[in-house]
Amino acid sequence: MRISLFITCYNDTLFPETGKAVVKVLEGLGHTVEFRSAQACCGQMHYNAGYQTHALPLMEHFVLVFAGAETICIPSSSCVAMIRDHYPKMASRAGNPELGRQVADLLPRVFEFSELLVDKLGITDVGAFYPHAVTLHPSCHSLRSLCVGDKPVRLLQKVRGLRLVELPDSEQCCGFGGMFAIKNADVSAAMLSEKLECILNTQAEVVTALDNSCLMHIEGGLSRRRAGIKCVHIAEILAGTEPVSQA
Amino acid sequence: MSVRVGHAAEAEDFPMAAKKLLQNRQLRDNLRHATDVIRGKRAKVVNELPDWEELRSAAHEVKEHVLRYLGSYLEQFEQKCKQAGGQVHWARDASEANGIIAGIIKRHGESEVIKVKTMTSDEMSLNDALQAAGITPYETDLADLIIQLGEDAPSHIVVPALHRNRSEVRQIFQEKMHLKDLGDRPEDLTAAAREYLREKFLRVKIGISGANFAIAESGSVVVVESEGNGRMCVSLPRVLITIVGIEKILPRFEDLEIFLQLLPRSATGERMNPYNSIWAGPSGTDGPQEFHVVLLDNGRTNVMADPESSETLDCIRCGACLNACPVYRQTGGHAYGSVYAGPIGAILTPQLQALEHSQSLPYASSLCGACYEVCPVKINIPDILIHLRGEIVKRGDAPLNERIAMKAVGFALSNGRRLSTAQKLARIVQRPFEHDGNLQDLPSMLAGWTTFRDLAAVPKTSFREWWAERGKGTGT
Amino acid sequence: MTNAKEEIMRRIQNATHGLLERAREYDTISRNYIQSGTRDQAQRIELFCDRLRDYGSAVYTCQSDEITSGIANLLNTRQLSCLLVPSGFPAQWLPREFEFISDHRLTNEQIGRADGVITACALAIASTGTIVLRHSEEAGRRALTLIPDYHLCLVFENQIVETVPEGIRAMSTFSLAPITTISGPSATSDIEMTRIKGVHGPRTLDVLLVGGLNV
Repeated sequence: MRISLFITCYNDTLFPETGKAVVKVLEGLGHTVEFRSAQACCGQMHYNAGYQTHALPLMEHFVLVFAGAETICIPSSSCVAMIRDHYPKMASRAGNPELGRQVADLLPRVFEFSELLVDKLGITDVGAFYPHAVTLHPSCHSLRSLCVGDKPVRLLQKVRGLRLVELPDSEQCCGFGGMFAIKNADVSAAMLSEKLECILNTQAEVVTALDNSCLMHIEGGLSRRRAGIKCVHIAEILAGTEPVSQA
Repeated sequence: MSVRVGHAAEAEDFPMAAKKLLQNRQLRDNLRHATDVIRGKRAKVVNELPDWEELRSAAHEVKEHVLRYLGSYLEQFEQKCKQAGGQVHWARDASEANGIIAGIIKRHGESEVIKVKTMTSDEMSLNDALQAAGITPYETDLADLIIQLGEDAPSHIVVPALHRNRSEVRQIFQEKMHLKDLGDRPEDLTAAAREYLREKFLRVKIGISGANFAIAESGSVVVVESEGNGRMCVSLPRVLITIVGIEKILPRFEDLEIFLQLLPRSATGERMNPYNSIWAGPSGTDGPQEFHVVLLDNGRTNVMADPESSETLDCIRCGACLNACPVYRQTGGHAYGSVYAGPIGAILTPQLQALEHSQSLPYASSLCGACYEVCPVKINIPDILIHLRGEIVKRGDAPLNERIAMKAVGFALSNGRRLSTAQKLARIVQRPFEHDGNLQDLPSMLAGWTTFRDLAAVPKTSFREWWAERGKGTGT
Repeated sequence: MTNAKEEIMRRIQNATHGLLERAREYDTISRNYIQSGTRDQAQRIELFCDRLRDYGSAVYTCQSDEITSGIANLLNTRQLSCLLVPSGFPAQWLPREFEFISDHRLTNEQIGRADGVITACALAIASTGTIVLRHSEEAGRRALTLIPDYHLCLVFENQIVETVPEGIRAMSTFSLAPITTISGPSATSDIEMTRIKGVHGPRTLDVLLVGGLNV
């Protein structure tokens, strides 16, 4: 299968290892991965912050770039949620029926990484090896918008050497929320503390998620506490990559 | 017109108010405990119903239908209520409603009223208005009594004193009820309230209630409660005044079959709350001889006017979104500066005031979606929060630095080439802040991040650069 | 100046423009939730009793020809002697050895002096353990079941429906009478979410479940 990768702007810039891992996993399964270099951003940050007029051209660009792509893989559930939940409305508010049709045509071909593996490719065992105690933070968008359910858990359970540790109060938000972490920094930090308590209680070595945005937030808190726990995107675990050691 | 929602117009911005409240360890312990308990109870009784999702959908559709035909349903309710012997008053805003109510009380030559919990009356600041008119209101809901005696403000729409623990309540009661030897078991405190209020229930001649539902086809009003104070207030006084927000209308009596399943399970985690009182007009020798309904707008038509967010008015005030909200769980209700706290408050309070005030509230959310998930009438609160942020930006009310940043970032993200340039630029700009692989002491808006958390520096090679190199045969 | 009603109606008129397309007509609202129960009468009764006990109410049973002794046993157990009854309450159900006061315009103070009250109900809902009182009929005036500290309610087995929708539909046939629904004794969780029974209503609610009779 020819799979077109939407790496997302922040993975591209801040978490290149995640993208490399996605490529490794998918190619390892015998698929062809393409990366359309004109791609940039889904518009989520602007849209959620109230700058919907700025988000619209970003959406139009996305639709243009991925026109004709057979299958689109996105290693970020919040970006997938942006596309699924908001693109149709944005097109209709823009009063552009052609754009609406293009969006409707695109949506069935958009998959979050774990959805692609489990639903589209029908695979839970990708042959990964990762000898660590891992706990999963089910990010809010994956949980409540994409409703991925136990897909990430099923993928992790098949990883050899991996011991999956249950995270208490796992469904509680980590406090990231994009602009929220900055505009309401104090509350966001308080939410993060509660999440960190739960993570520390698991005694896991690694926290994983479908979203690097939450992981960046959690990592920021763990690193400030010198907790010695790493945050690793699920793709990097499934690629069998050791966590990147920190200086 | 002047819409006032309690004292929301003068309230501090959410981040500032929250910052102070977060320092209060006791408050946060109380909140954590209360929200944990109530979430657990709700989850248990909601999971009992296999048709919960169908009930939610039906409730949403009924409420949306009501908004569409609100004018004719209000007319019908007025007609039926009058037919049953009730008197109907219309109030454009809080001060008009307060005036009507004070007028009725004065006409009867009374100077005291008993009240059953009504958030709408808090929205109207009714108690202040009554006191200014020389009338003493007695709150009779236990939590409202704690709030009133403690000269406090409600922090939750269902359990308004949720921020108080037993020893704080004891202290308030000891002082205000003059009970030196009062114990601090919830049983002792509850018994003290029973004793304190009983005499008032039997003596005071005018009662004031809100309404959970008002039925258009029968002119009935429904009050949902647990303690029995509601039954006391609606059936013992000689005169009853019921405040009804215009959005509280349901078309038919049978529609209660949906809402009386959703509301108690969502609000208090009970299969059914202990008491529901339903009546239409005065009823012979049973109960009040005079019944007044005050239909209140106070900005509800502002909310209706925007189809993108009008479903805010579907709210049945169950409070489930407050209990589920991770932000509310940290700050409690007072941070919202409004009688309506939590996620629903964050969308309702600013809209009632036509976005003139409370502009920080739509940002008081991480958009985690827990509120939408538990909402029994399926209000898409996250979407409305985003919409309201958009309206604030449209009005030009967003901070200048944010507007500039968004424009610049929007440009940088507009295509792959620009993003690539921006990535290179970021690696240069970050150098002065880089220390051991982390960025420190970032300026301006980004300081909000680095005060509490580390931020890793932008890596040397972006994914797209790696991919391009790989294409040339040098990648892995 | 226009009056308040006219102005609110005008605002609503202006506001509802945008809402026209989205909302459904009343008859097309999807009501795919469970309307009717599937339990037989014995199962319904069992569920109702479970729910009542869960609320902390006591449930006693008797046959229709034992109502009098059923009431007497209960009042003896509770050590009560002076009880109120609604004005139309069947005198033949009342045991002789107790004092019963029929409600003919009793004042609230008089009501408050009694040990408790005995009433019947209009119907009961098993799934939520709810008793429905229709006022000034078999349940009497509202004050009667509110001010005293004890309430004994007679529920006939064939009055029990299973689901809330079945209950509401039955209630809609007398929707103009004042109605009180009771699900367990009065309670509050306002202090630390600890459920305390008995705030302002009767602190004890007993149910006498009567079999073998159609009311």
